[in-house]
Amino acid sequence: MSVPASPYVTVLPRAHPFLSYQGTPTPAYELDSDGIPVITTSGLTKVYRSRGREVTALDGVDLHVREGEVYGVIGQSGAGKSSLIRCVNLLERPTAGTVTVAGRDLTALAGRGPRAGKELREARSRIGMVFQHFNLLSSRTVQDNIELPLEILGKSGKERSRKALELLDLVGLADKAKAYPAQLSGGQKQRVGIARALAGDPKVLLSDEATSALDPETTRSILQLLRDLNRQLGLTVLLITHEMDVVKSICDSAALMENGRIVESGTVSELLATPGSELATALFPVGGEATGADRTVVDVTFHGEAATQPVISQLSRTYNIDISILGAAIDTVGGLQVGRMRIELPGRYEDNVVPIGFLREQGLQIDVVDEPVLVKEGAK
Amino acid sequence: MTWSEMQPLLSQACWDTLYMVGWSTVIAVVGGLPLGVLLVLTDRGGLLQNVVANKVIGQVVNVARSMPFIILMVALMGFTRSITGTTIGREAAIVPLAIGAIPFFARLVETAVREVDGGLVEAVQSMGGNTWTIVRKVLVPESLPSLIASTTTTIVALIGYSAMAGTVGAGGLGDIAIRYGYQRFETQLMWITVAILAVVISLIQFAGDFAARSLHSRGGKAGPAPKLRLLKAATADTKTV
Repeated sequence: MSVPASPYVTVLPRAHPFLSYQGTPTPAYELDSDGIPVITTSGLTKVYRSRGREVTALDGVDLHVREGEVYGVIGQSGAGKSSLIRCVNLLERPTAGTVTVAGRDLTALAGRGPRAGKELREARSRIGMVFQHFNLLSSRTVQDNIELPLEILGKSGKERSRKALELLDLVGLADKAKAYPAQLSGGQKQRVGIARALAGDPKVLLSDEATSALDPETTRSILQLLRDLNRQLGLTVLLITHEMDVVKSICDSAALMENGRIVESGTVSELLATPGSELATALFPVGGEATGADRTVVDVTFHGEAATQPVISQLSRTYNIDISILGAAIDTVGGLQVGRMRIELPGRYEDNVVPIGFLREQGLQIDVVDEPVLVKEGAK
Repeated sequence: MTWSEMQPLLSQACWDTLYMVGWSTVIAVVGGLPLGVLLVLTDRGGLLQNVVANKVIGQVVNVARSMPFIILMVALMGFTRSITGTTIGREAAIVPLAIGAIPFFARLVETAVREVDGGLVEAVQSMGGNTWTIVRKVLVPESLPSLIASTTTTIVALIGYSAMAGTVGAGGLGDIAIRYGYQRFETQLMWITVAILAVVISLIQFAGDFAARSLHSRGGKAGPAPKLRLLKAATADTKTV
């Protein structure tokens, strides 16, 4: 393979295992926790009106995506995820609120009419987007599909085909340039979709359920590709998904959406450190039911230094109580080692205030699985 | 009537029919394609949403489509004269034929373009494409197989309309069948005309179907692939028939 000309593309091949590319290594992008926000929405509201009825899809969403991170928005269908991601590049006009991408206020560029003006279209061309159903043109070959955004940008034919072939190489489909989308598998189509989204050298990639139409193994390989692109290029990725595994495997930060609002958000480690975080529980579930009515079930989350201390045996010795372990797991979430254990103490919550206080003092995160919840679960 | 008498009549009639249908098809496509695309774009939720324009165009198309051709031909005589300078002959017949076929084709175009997946439009919008880019690079190319099928249907319909063009002295196969076959009891000539029409229509339909199908199955066809995929491609082809 010849050395690619564009500086953007020169770093890409390293992201891809199939290619042996010899060049000066660039340091992997380091995520700065106080990074510059590259996507910011404030008070984003979208109300759909049809036949006199109003549906609020987005209800004052404030989103802050920092440069170089993978940010996952998770929620059930109908939570407003799709509206949110479409408002970021203004495919949907927000009813109220502002969207800023890479320092430009897109809502100000939008103008009044329903049609996108020149400035907004130009801004869009620097935001890549990947779709659930790939949205490749069936009348064009793979290469021509990737060239389409370059045609829109007015690049010459030579430049277009060079860039398209480089991108195809990058996503591992160099031999499929002349194939039509109908000849490709789902995973291959999504690779073409990603290559196409990268053609305009975007700083930001929006992923609209990019893996939801794929099988688990293909999902993993596509997520790996997104992760590599993010790491190698500092490409900021905003993705929406309904699959917790997607957030778990590639996201640095996540937000949970319900009924058009963001209920929880933060970096994965912040979320795991938040007591009672729904997202943390969903990301990292531990099973196990109480064995009797007069027991207290406690979830203990270990991360960082606390993980090295023998807290359970200390607790048992100090208070002379028998502890049963109902469930436990150690996992990597967003690149962090996290342990979580569900233990059972004899006696009701009132009897265990002191031991629970002890656990908290050890710097562990303690969530008491309280009785009303258990009753509710039992009723199902 | 002997064959030597019939032969020049028939060849002239064939030529007249092809001439009229050919030109009016070209005009119908040139006029109907933008009109059909406009019907989709101006519709509610379309890229150029304009309810008033949509209603007006829709209404004009509906009225023109439901007009019986022979009446349209008579009604348009003034217009025809202003364009061709005469209301008699082949050229004079092309004007009403084309005017009648434009709304017909426009409706077919509208249906075909509506079938294009909205996700593709969204994808091109997200790349920064404008409406004209979307029409040129998405709506028309993606609906091309259907547009070709629509053109075939329009040609066949125009052959039907052209049978009435004899009333303005434009000639053609339909005119022969009526004047000789019906009015002079030349049954043999009539049947020959019918046979020619059947063959012409079949050929056009076959060519149109073939073109539409070969475009449609693009990508269904496997490249240098194992036999299994060729087999699959073959079954996919038969499905699209």
